[in-house]
Order: sequence, then structure tokens, then C-alpha cells
Amino acid sequence: MIEYILKLIPAMLSGLEITLSIFSLTLLFSIPLGILVAVGRLSKLKPLVKVIEFYIWVMRGTPLLLQIIFIYFGLPIIGITFERFPAALIAFILNYTAYFGEIFRGGIASIDKGQYEAAKVLGFTSAQTFIRIILPQMIKIVLPSVANEVITLVKDTALVYVVGLGELLRSGKIASNRDASLVPLVMVGVFYLALTWVLTKLFQRIEKRYAYYQ
Amino acid sequence: MLLKVEGLCKSFKGKQVLKNVGFALHCGEILAIIGRSGSGKTTILRCINNLVKCDRGTIIVDGTVLCKDQQEEKSVYAKPAEMLQIRKKLGMVFQSFNLFPHMSVLENIIEAPVHVFGIARPEAEEKANALLAMLDLQDKTSAYPFELSGGQKQRVAIARACALNPLVMCLDEPTSALDPELREGIAVTIEKLAEQGMGILLITHDMAFAKRVAHRVIFMEAGQIIEEGSKEEFFDHVENEKIKKFVIG
Repeated sequence: MIEYILKLIPAMLSGLEITLSIFSLTLLFSIPLGILVAVGRLSKLKPLVKVIEFYIWVMRGTPLLLQIIFIYFGLPIIGITFERFPAALIAFILNYTAYFGEIFRGGIASIDKGQYEAAKVLGFTSAQTFIRIILPQMIKIVLPSVANEVITLVKDTALVYVVGLGELLRSGKIASNRDASLVPLVMVGVFYLALTWVLTKLFQRIEKRYAYYQ
Repeated sequence: MLLKVEGLCKSFKGKQVLKNVGFALHCGEILAIIGRSGSGKTTILRCINNLVKCDRGTIIVDGTVLCKDQQEEKSVYAKPAEMLQIRKKLGMVFQSFNLFPHMSVLENIIEAPVHVFGIARPEAEEKANALLAMLDLQDKTSAYPFELSGGQKQRVAIARACALNPLVMCLDEPTSALDPELREGIAVTIEKLAEQGMGILLITHDMAFAKRVAHRVIFMEAGQIIEEGSKEEFFDHVENEKIKKFVIG
């Protein structure tokens, strides 16, 4: 048994690598982009607001799986082609940017307008107000929702199988089919649980760090 | 003269909230603007602090023009660089204080001097500590706003507003969020600031407080100044029936 598990590990680790790449690159891009989307959506530029609302509506209103398929299999029809990995990554970034954008928008909107006024009378520019006063308060407000979204992302990475990328779940499924064994699937589950456990602990620590004020 | 306001007009959605308001504030003077809710008194303060733009009128802070009346057109405002210099001369204490909750008391006070006006941190801290000592808050330097009482928060807000040595201090309803027994404390603080030469502009509907602290009183109704005078003139020789009713309650 132990031997069998050890034999499976290399394939799973290479699957895990893809999973973690999609996961971390998605976060790396979609969190800053989400902040920009939130700021744009809250701006007074009507056309920009409309474009962002449309984008968010499409991204939240259609399955991520469809978005991945659309980019990898659909766009080549009109002459735009991507490799498997970039195609999947673009879909993930676009999708998660929309969700983070909405979370951040809610966080920013919930900050009292008196904070902006206090900053203004003290001479802060809009950018200084956002970076020094609004953003730090927003982070604390959105942390629980962001934690939720990040954990969903871990599990969503399994969707990249559709473009033929060998992520964690796919490596388990291949081994399970080949060996007619449940063990690989259980191992995949354990890997996901371990990942989400680490993330849960990480977010608990961050929330604690932000607990110094109310 | 520290502050001069002339012909100030402001409408919100067609409703005129300020009608040709004008007054002046001098060094060391405590001027109370009183009147019912909705009489336009807070809007005056917001215009002076450029939180709302007036439609017409002139506001001059210590000789620098914040906005200038243009007859039939909207008032012209100072350019951003000038505006920043005007901001330095104005201090504002909000009714709900609006302290930054994620910053300690000290950080709240030195934030603007250090990050907006480029004052060296040690210098800004020294000034902040002196202000905190004056306001009897020296043991609260590293506390966060949520750990403070209403009166302490207000004093931090005053310290923050004083950090850049303003010439004019605006206070919006300073007694509204305080327990009655704390009124005397804030009155003493305001007097202390005025003794240092600061002009104090006070918005309140608390008659007893105005009577206690003000040198001069302006009474507003429906966006207009309907009575102006020294405290004695105002409280002891009121002739206008409406004001009498308001003052006596």
C-alpha cells in the first residue's frame, strides 16, 4: 500500500505544480486587477462604469468552464490562438478579477464618507487618500470574503483539465482508471484538503494581524 | 482678519440653502453660528473647508483667496497648490470626529504633516506630543480610536486639526456627541486655542454652550443670517421673537 502511494506521488506532484501555478498566477494578477476594477466601477466616468458592469455581468453570469473553453477552443475560430496554459490562465484571471472587483467594491463602498472628508481637509490627494486611508481599511473588511474566494479558486483549478492540462485531479483520475483503485482519488482529496488547510490558517493569521483595531 | 466670507450662496437640487451669507472672524475670536437643523450652518463650514463648492461668493483665509465671486457666474476657486496652503491654515473638527480607525492616536496626528506636507517625522512627533500633553492625552499616544471615549476622540480630532498650526479652527457641533459633563472641558480647550490667537468658528445648536464659550454669535435661519452681535447683545437684548423663542427654548 505504502509502496503504491509512494509510486503515485511523482505524478501527483507534477499535477500539483500545474494546480499551484494556475492558483498563484491567478491571485497575483486578479487581486490588483480587481482593485482597479473596483475603483473604475466606483468612478464617475459613466462609460467606464457601464463597460465594467457588462464585464462583471458576463464573468459572473457564465460558467468558468465555458470561459476556458471559449478562450482555448472558441477564439482560434476567429484567428486568436493561445497555448493551453495561457488560455486557462487568462480565463481564470478574467473570471476572478470580476469576483474580486465586486468584493473590493463592496469593501470600499462600506467605508464612511467622513474618512474621505477628513483626508480632504488634511490636504490629502485622491491617490493618497485611497492608498493611506481607504485601502488599509478595505483590506480588513474584505478579508473573510477574499479567503472564501481563494479557497474556491483552489478547487476551481481542477477545471483546467478541459484544455488537457495535467493538474492534480487529472493525475489522480488517470491513475485511478489505470489501476482500478480508489487510492489515487483519496490522495487527490488529501492534497486539496492540505492546501485549503494551509490557506485557512494563513487567512486566520492575516485576520489576526488586522484585529488590532475595530 | 483671519477669515472673511462674503455673499455666499449655495443651492442643492434647486433648494437654496445659503442666501448671501457674509461675516468675518478675527484673531483669538470665538464665533458661534447657531440656528436650527437645516438652517445652513453646517453648509457654511463645508464651503469654508472646500468640502462643497459654493455657487457664488468670496471666501478669504488670512489674505489668500479660497474662492472669488464672479458676479453672474460661479465662484472661481484657488488652484491646487494654493488650496493646499489654505488647508494648512484651516483646521476642521467633524461632528463625528472622523479619526482614522486603523491608525494610532499619534499616527492620526502626524499623518498629514509627514505625508502631505513633508515635515520630518521626529519634528511632527514632537509637535504631536506637545499637543497631546496640552489636551491631557499624553498617555493615549499609542491607543487606537476604538479604545477612546467620545471626549478623548474629540480631543484627538482637535490635536489632529492643530498639527499644522492652523489660524482658523472650525468645529461642527462640538457638544453633540459628548456627555453634558464634558462640555466644560471642551469649552476650556476652545478658549485655550483662542488665547493662542486662533480664530474659532463654532457651529452649534446648543445655546448654553454658545453662551458659555462664544465672544460673538451669528443666528441663522433658512440660509440667512438674521442676527449678529456680541454674546451680551445677543443673549441679553434679543428683540427678534423667533430668536427669543429659540434661545429660551
